[in-house]
Amino acid sequence: MRADLEIIEQWIRPGSHVLDLGCGDGILLDYLQREKQATGFGLEINSDDITACMARGVSVIEQNLDTQGLGNFEDQTFDVVLMTQALQAVRRPDLVLDEMLRLGREGIITFPNFAYWRLRWYLLHKGRMPESETLPYKWYNTPNIHLCTFKDFEALCYRKNIRITNRTVVDGQHRDRWLSRLWPNLLGQIAIYRITRQEDS
Amino acid sequence: MPDSLPPDSAGIVTPQALHFAEPIKLACGQTLACHDLVIETYGTLNEDASNAVLICHALSGHHHAAGYHSADDKKPGWWDSCIGPGKPIDTSRFFVVSLNNLGGCNGSTGPSSINPATGMAYGPDFPVITVQDWVHSQALLADRLGIQCWAAVVGGSLGGMQALQWSLTYPDRLRHAIVIASTPRLTAQNIAFNEVARKAITSDPAFHGGRYYDLNTIPRQGLMLARMVGHITYLSDASMGEKFGRDLRDQAYKFGYDAEFQVESYLRYQGERFSESFDANTYLLMTKALDYFDPAYESGDDLAKALAVARCEFLVLSFSTDWRFTPARSKELVNAMIAARKRVSYAEIDAPWGHDAFLIPTPRYTEVFTAYLDRVAREVGV
Repeated sequence: MRADLEIIEQWIRPGSHVLDLGCGDGILLDYLQREKQATGFGLEINSDDITACMARGVSVIEQNLDTQGLGNFEDQTFDVVLMTQALQAVRRPDLVLDEMLRLGREGIITFPNFAYWRLRWYLLHKGRMPESETLPYKWYNTPNIHLCTFKDFEALCYRKNIRITNRTVVDGQHRDRWLSRLWPNLLGQIAIYRITRQEDS
Repeated sequence: MPDSLPPDSAGIVTPQALHFAEPIKLACGQTLACHDLVIETYGTLNEDASNAVLICHALSGHHHAAGYHSADDKKPGWWDSCIGPGKPIDTSRFFVVSLNNLGGCNGSTGPSSINPATGMAYGPDFPVITVQDWVHSQALLADRLGIQCWAAVVGGSLGGMQALQWSLTYPDRLRHAIVIASTPRLTAQNIAFNEVARKAITSDPAFHGGRYYDLNTIPRQGLMLARMVGHITYLSDASMGEKFGRDLRDQAYKFGYDAEFQVESYLRYQGERFSESFDANTYLLMTKALDYFDPAYESGDDLAKALAVARCEFLVLSFSTDWRFTPARSKELVNAMIAARKRVSYAEIDAPWGHDAFLIPTPRYTEVFTAYLDRVAREVGV
């Protein structure tokens, strides 16, 4: 399994009730169901991914976060709410964060770090919007409309009084590298955060 | 029609009639001493009887869901698009059971059957049947066939309500409930349309209080009208527009009241054909079953609470242009399942055909349906 998913998996207690926002083909939920006896749902809008989830036996709900929100889920019904590589693609990441912690005791989020040195260099050197293996789109067709950095994300959490309980980083191949852990904002490609509003998590 | 049967057809199928001598207690308080059910089966029941799938039909449906009755049969069963070898409900893996529900008019005991107590047709004396009653009778059928637990109970529209009811009445007797283009309860508008249909039938002079059989007549006009209004609710504005537009049968307006627009003659034709083949009392009964269906009623209108007993997994599907049972109604059901912590998957299929879309194999519908049932098949080892 991808290194980022392996890291996430370690943060999830056995038997957890999990909501995965933008669950893709359901690979993580499938793994959590089998290895951690987790229960829960994935939310997805891509029809091929929805079909893939169904084929896997992952419970998936076709629901668009931007247009339909999460109002159909009750407060604190999940142990963990996950969002891997999707926060930067929603219309209002700040509101989604609020919703994640309304629904779940804790949230786990991954996103591409826009302050990664290669992206900085790309912009500095070429003067054009960076493209990379993690951000393979043009500025006009990218789904990633709210890119941010480690520092941006942490500033937002601070403003919202959200507690960061874990932070780690992997590279473009989702490998865990000690150097990028040392200077994540410069050397980290993918940020992985574990957040909560509760004191005793 | 077919010179040779298509390779993905369930083939030549033969209905069978089963007699049930045990009395069945109905929701209305009456008891039916005995009854007959007409069924069809496709595929083979495996050794541990784990691969059985029950098909529940909608308002005007019946037991003939797939395959052909003879080599020169013009049309296959009503859900042939989804049932057959290699189709979503794959008859090379599943043992598929399809029945004509109690109260029907295709061979199962219903208002047009002879009442053993009087020797005459039941007519209006036939008790009103509910979705719950159907599920009880389907459970007796399962017993008879040696099926303790269905791999899946599947239905569209009123059929979906039966699948949902199964999960509540016999939670240990199904692994999956597949609820398509359905709703947890009818809205006032839905009931209103049903009432127009019923009123059309009962106000036909040939209805005779439901005893038209004895007078050797049928309320043809009333049933035709009922079907016409029903049919409009099964289609979408867009699909009617595409099919008929404002096309005329002739070149110019005639300034009269005959069927001039294509859509008028289509509706009349559909209504007439239906009135020749369907029983008016059964139509009344089916619409009442729809109106009464409301599993949340006994749980203080709390659907999630009503769903607490369910143990199966659910697949809920809706269609974008269905305005009879809109995607929002399916979503309401899904949200209650989420709140009740049930395992549920939901997809809204983009299809232009309104409510009828559940009978039409759009690519995405087929993909989702196939993927889900493939997993069900693997789960039961076929």
